[in-house]
Amino acid sequence: MLRRHLLLGFAGLAAMSAAAPVAAQETVKVGLIATLTGPQAASGRQKVAGAKLYMALNGNMVAGKKIELIIKDDTGVADITRRHAQELIVNDKVAAISGFSLTPLALAVAPVITQAKIPAIIMTAGTSIITERSPYFVRVSFTLPQQSVPIAEWIAKNGAKTAVSLVSDYGPGIDAQDAFKMRFEEKGGKVLEQLKAPLANPEFSAFLQRAKDLKPDALFLFVPAPTAGSLMKQVIDRGLIEANIKVVGTGDITDDDQLNGIGDSVLGLVTSHFYSAAHDSPMNKKFVEEFKKANPGMRPNFIGVGGYDGMHAFYQALEKTKGDTDGTKLVEAMKGMSFESPRGMLTIDPATRDVVQDVYIRKVEKKDGELYNIEFDVVKQVKDPIHK
Amino acid sequence: MLTILFDGVAYGMLLFVLAVGLCITLGLMNFINLAHGAFAMAGGYLTVVMMNRMGISFYWCLPAAFIFAAVLGVVLERTLYRRLYDKTHLDQVLFSIGLIFMATAAVDYAMGASQQIVNLPPELNGRVEILGANVGVYRLFVIAICGLLTIALQYVIARTRFGSRLRASVDDGRVARGLGIDVTGIFALTFAVGSGLAGLGGALGASILSMDPSFPLKYMIYFLIVISVGGASTITGPFFASILLGVADVAGKYFIPAVGGFIIYTIMVAVLIFRPQGLFTRSAKR
Repeated sequence: MLRRHLLLGFAGLAAMSAAAPVAAQETVKVGLIATLTGPQAASGRQKVAGAKLYMALNGNMVAGKKIELIIKDDTGVADITRRHAQELIVNDKVAAISGFSLTPLALAVAPVITQAKIPAIIMTAGTSIITERSPYFVRVSFTLPQQSVPIAEWIAKNGAKTAVSLVSDYGPGIDAQDAFKMRFEEKGGKVLEQLKAPLANPEFSAFLQRAKDLKPDALFLFVPAPTAGSLMKQVIDRGLIEANIKVVGTGDITDDDQLNGIGDSVLGLVTSHFYSAAHDSPMNKKFVEEFKKANPGMRPNFIGVGGYDGMHAFYQALEKTKGDTDGTKLVEAMKGMSFESPRGMLTIDPATRDVVQDVYIRKVEKKDGELYNIEFDVVKQVKDPIHK
Repeated sequence: MLTILFDGVAYGMLLFVLAVGLCITLGLMNFINLAHGAFAMAGGYLTVVMMNRMGISFYWCLPAAFIFAAVLGVVLERTLYRRLYDKTHLDQVLFSIGLIFMATAAVDYAMGASQQIVNLPPELNGRVEILGANVGVYRLFVIAICGLLTIALQYVIARTRFGSRLRASVDDGRVARGLGIDVTGIFALTFAVGSGLAGLGGALGASILSMDPSFPLKYMIYFLIVISVGGASTITGPFFASILLGVADVAGKYFIPAVGGFIIYTIMVAVLIFRPQGLFTRSAKR
């Protein structure tokens, strides 16, 4: 019953916002639902820092309107994400929501945004299917298949015939292992086993031992970035690298935020990802510098860039609609949008509303006493290989 | 194969040191302290701060973590826990859960939410061959320390005067007090040692178990499994239960990775069906 009322409420709201005179609205509110407490809290910090930095550098006036960012903490629980989304839309009357650290959190708001016709900008979550679940999703982060395919090609090209994959057992992990397997086997390799570790359990020793005993040429890893530190320590500790297993993965495992804490033992590790704090462009240099200035002790990672670019996408869309905050028009404005980000060029595919971008192959190296992912190869403008 | 067994034993030993304090407070003092993991977290974070920020050797961190957690335990016992000894179990559960949330938020505020990483001294890294099994030096170190602790604990409780006084205080506090035993003092000391062991466990586990602010909640489940399988009235019960669970968990994940993470729960359910009082508890005690 309550649900029906809510849905009616959304429908009414949508009708109202379409009919209301646009010029009367002075402030445009944007909701940012981040995970600021709980195990994934590091990701929320980055995202909020990125979004705030964008506003600090670019002002808060767009098309004559004042932009106001409302930050909510969903603690990584899907029910709370959904509740925040409803409150933001119904009570705060936001023009768009953004954030979503994990796939389930993004999926939870799909019915809400479809009903309310409010765009949701995905700044982190990386499972392919998310953008198919509502026509109001727009993604500026990445998808796991997009990141996994280039490293599968690279490792096959560099002589690996057999591989084992180890991923966290949830949407993006499954996406990553399947995309890796698909491309690696297309290139003539063989995936011996696909290991999945529970998302909540940080003890990887048994899985790593099994991977080691299978004696593959390569081991492909994906876990969400905040868990990467302990995984990498255990990989080193278990002697997989001495056993001549080439350890590769998506950039999540050598996350810029944590890399220095993991230590020198990961020097030389090769990963594929769309962003490195060491990306060589004037825009990124400025971004990293400003980010560090505003957030002492933090180094931007791909999540921070997601927050930054998410705000940029919204600013541009609002500029394009000349301040019209109608959700459908905003989504239309974002389709096909192309702009330079600290990561490089990025395009929103008009057909899937998903991000198309360069994916870099990088190696961990020491620069100015700090560890960085240094890019040495690039696959241009990669589309998610799973979307039709 | 041996490597797996060895990893399992190391994991189980670590679980035991982390959980034994909870067994003491629950089994001996009849007090439910779900916030036990918070003491382990205190020890773990102290290690992180001492090693990473002050550059103090890992070996000094271990006793420091024990003392820090023990002192924290005494302070909290004297000021907060003591008032709850004669309250109902529900009050105790609510109180200690609240304490967990406070500890989590405090650590999050002070140290940030990301996982803390401890870099062990180089001589504890690497692997050695023992009996044809390739084992991690650090896990060997963990087993040695935890083994010694277990023996010492068992000895103190079963053989020393303090142990007999503790057992007397638990069996019948009023009579013990009448005989001139300082029951309050003994309980405070016991609580401190239990917390201290958790702190030590946290320090030892910091590099294996991943320290983040949600540690007390994440591992509370494991502690409770250890206690429900092992029974809370002895030291040996939880000890064997920890080893069993550690080995089953690691072996399960190795041999049947598809359901591996679930094996530990299956064991708990099975034990609770057939021996609801725990594996190693004598059912007719008194």
